Amino acid sequence: MFADYYNYWVAIILMMLGFYIVISDANLIKKIIGLSIFQTSVFILFISMSKVEGGTAPILAEGITTYSNPLPHVLILTAIVVSVATTALGLAIIARIYREYGTVDENIIHDQDEEDEDNNEATG
Amino acid sequence: MNKKRSLILREACNLIVPAVLLYALYVQFHGDYGPGGGFQAGVIFAAAIILYALVYGRKKTQKIFPASLVRYLISIGLLLYAGVGVASLFMGGNYLDYNVLAHNPQHGQHLGIFLIELGVGITVAAVMIMIFYMLDEYAD
Amino acid sequence: MLTQHLAVLQVVVPLISAPLCALLPLAGSENKLGNKLAWLFATLVSLTTFIIALLIAKEVSDHGVISYQLGGWAPPWGIEYRIDHLSAYILLIVSAIACITMLAAQKSVEKEIAHEKISLFYSAFLLCLTGLLGVVVTGDAFNIFVFLEISSLSSYVLIALGNDRKALTASYQYLIMGTIGATFILIGIGLLYMLTGTLNIVDLQQRIPELLSSRTLHAAFAFFTVGISLKLALLPLHLWLPNAYAYAPSMITVFLSATATKVSLYILFRFFFGLFSNEITFEEFHLDKILIPLSILAILIASSVAVFQNNIKRMFAYSSVAQIGYMTLGIGLATKSGSIAGMLHLFNHAIIKGGLFLAMACIVFRTGSVQLSNFAGLGKRMPWTMAAILLLGLGLIGVPFTAGFISKWYLLIAALEQNNWLAATVIVGGSLLAVMYIWKIIEHAYFKIPISSASEGQVISEAPFTMLIPLWILVAANFYFGVNTSFSYGFANTAINTLFQ
Repeated sequence: MFADYYNYWVAIILMMLGFYIVISDANLIKKIIGLSIFQTSVFILFISMSKVEGGTAPILAEGITTYSNPLPHVLILTAIVVSVATTALGLAIIARIYREYGTVDENIIHDQDEEDEDNNEATG
Repeated sequence: MNKKRSLILREACNLIVPAVLLYALYVQFHGDYGPGGGFQAGVIFAAAIILYALVYGRKKTQKIFPASLVRYLISIGLLLYAGVGVASLFMGGNYLDYNVLAHNPQHGQHLGIFLIELGVGITVAAVMIMIFYMLDEYAD
Repeated sequence: MLTQHLAVLQVVVPLISAPLCALLPLAGSENKLGNKLAWLFATLVSLTTFIIALLIAKEVSDHGVISYQLGGWAPPWGIEYRIDHLSAYILLIVSAIACITMLAAQKSVEKEIAHEKISLFYSAFLLCLTGLLGVVVTGDAFNIFVFLEISSLSSYVLIALGNDRKALTASYQYLIMGTIGATFILIGIGLLYMLTGTLNIVDLQQRIPELLSSRTLHAAFAFFTVGISLKLALLPLHLWLPNAYAYAPSMITVFLSATATKVSLYILFRFFFGLFSNEITFEEFHLDKILIPLSILAILIASSVAVFQNNIKRMFAYSSVAQIGYMTLGIGLATKSGSIAGMLHLFNHAIIKGGLFLAMACIVFRTGSVQLSNFAGLGKRMPWTMAAILLLGLGLIGVPFTAGFISKWYLLIAALEQNNWLAATVIVGGSLLAVMYIWKIIEHAYFKIPISSASEGQVISEAPFTMLIPLWILVAANFYFGVNTSFSYGFANTAINTLFQ
């Protein structure tokens, strides 16, 4: 069972690794890396299911009858663009957070935010 | 700050950048016949420009690709893509119906895909270069 | 000539206007004229979108479902834009709120956002509008994911433009949680594609009943549930919402609170009643057993937390989480009347919450702070704004003659039809909690003496006309739709009847 479905196992293991990094790590940049791994595992899942046994690249040519499925590739291309945009946006926000807070550790930022809110409420 | 990079880096850059730019154009226009297309080509093009900027400095790169030009290119690529769709609206088909773009559906499809991928390539390259410029300014 | 292309124009008009807005002359500079031009352009585009939505709604109620083939390819090979009653309803809400936001936006945006970024702000706003409209219009599952991500990415950008530095952390947290949600939806779509080989929603609906025994289908359903709940801010996955709404620029809170979660609720309707038909959702997968407890917790917990907030924008944000609980409670009752009540509450809440946050925008514009202590004596100095908050607050509580009463009434009827006394008690209990937090604001505004530090040279006058008029349009709508429900109830009724089998 492991040998037959190894592509699904790879996708699931990567997905859980990426998800764990997002949840558990306190460094904001590492969260973005975890998110990237998480999304990459989904791409692997999609693309690995597009291969047809005995099929070649989906470009019309003489004498070939079986082609691999090109549709998941198109879907994943779009999803990769979305993932790149998200990563770029996340890193840009982190660059500004570093400028404002002086740190990229989520716990320290949370403490500074709570102090801010308390000061706000005190002065009105 | 702006000391010159070593001779090896500069010469290697001079050799690599034209080859990468040519490869980017190849990937852009051969998307129908092999792996490729707008997004990949845009990223490769931007990688060449960023390599040049890493070796020679951002100021020199901005003489060829000023930030205002890159800003315009981002919008123009997207407008080209959407504009092809609107053009096919005016020519009687549905949105993004390439069959009506030329005298013959086959030529229409070819022209449509060509223009669309060109729009995507321009926008993606411009966005990547812009991101690099912005992050580099932060480092100053 | 263009009327046959209305479905696609609804998305194309704001899509083309977004880069045009960034390219406008004098854009991006410190020039005030350039910023006014960008605002005018964005307002005209929003008005055009609203007119197109009205034409689409008229066509759908006359002729039934509109189906538009993108690129001339017939479904299921091509992407199809499919507008039925449900889509037309949501289109009207989103475009109307966009219009009202843009009409009121100019002064507030100029005060809160750095001058060189204002035209980019309007550009990002138009992209967000494109994404939200695209989700509703399309009939292809993967296209929903793409447009959802377009709207989400632009809203992360818009939230990060807020004044406070906490806006950045709020935007980052929203980014992480929103991306995980969207990726779960993508996994669900992928698993469905693996099973059936198609992405068209109508086609999927026909193929799924044969596959009910497959474990992959159960996994896909689970992924959809979690992904949509993350986007919808259903408790316990709501943690991004209070901070994101509290620290975003004021006009963005107005827009997002009234549209983003509503569109996610639309996705829930489309996937769980359109794709998996409602029998499969409730009998095979028992979604009601998940939705009802979570909704009850959402209403009670979120309303209680709202009572203790001092930052009033945050208070209204927690109130939004509770109101989303009302909507999902209606859906979780698993009957037609429950879902109609949920949809009605979607419509009414958009009006009420949009109005409340617009009043908050007026207050921030004049006084610069959203703390509760700042409200002391505002009833005298900003009479129109506080009266609007009072009237809209009555709508939130559900006083008769307001829109909120209509939706809570229908929710109560739907709960009692099912003999679900717990749900009925919670619906009424939530209203009592709403009385508590609205009363806090009213008491501070009308019955407390203004603190002297506030009048130190800073004359607090009434909000400008450009912001008051859209605010009172929403207040009037609150009362109009509280009395005349023929449009809101009638459309929701037809929508659910065509969706359910």
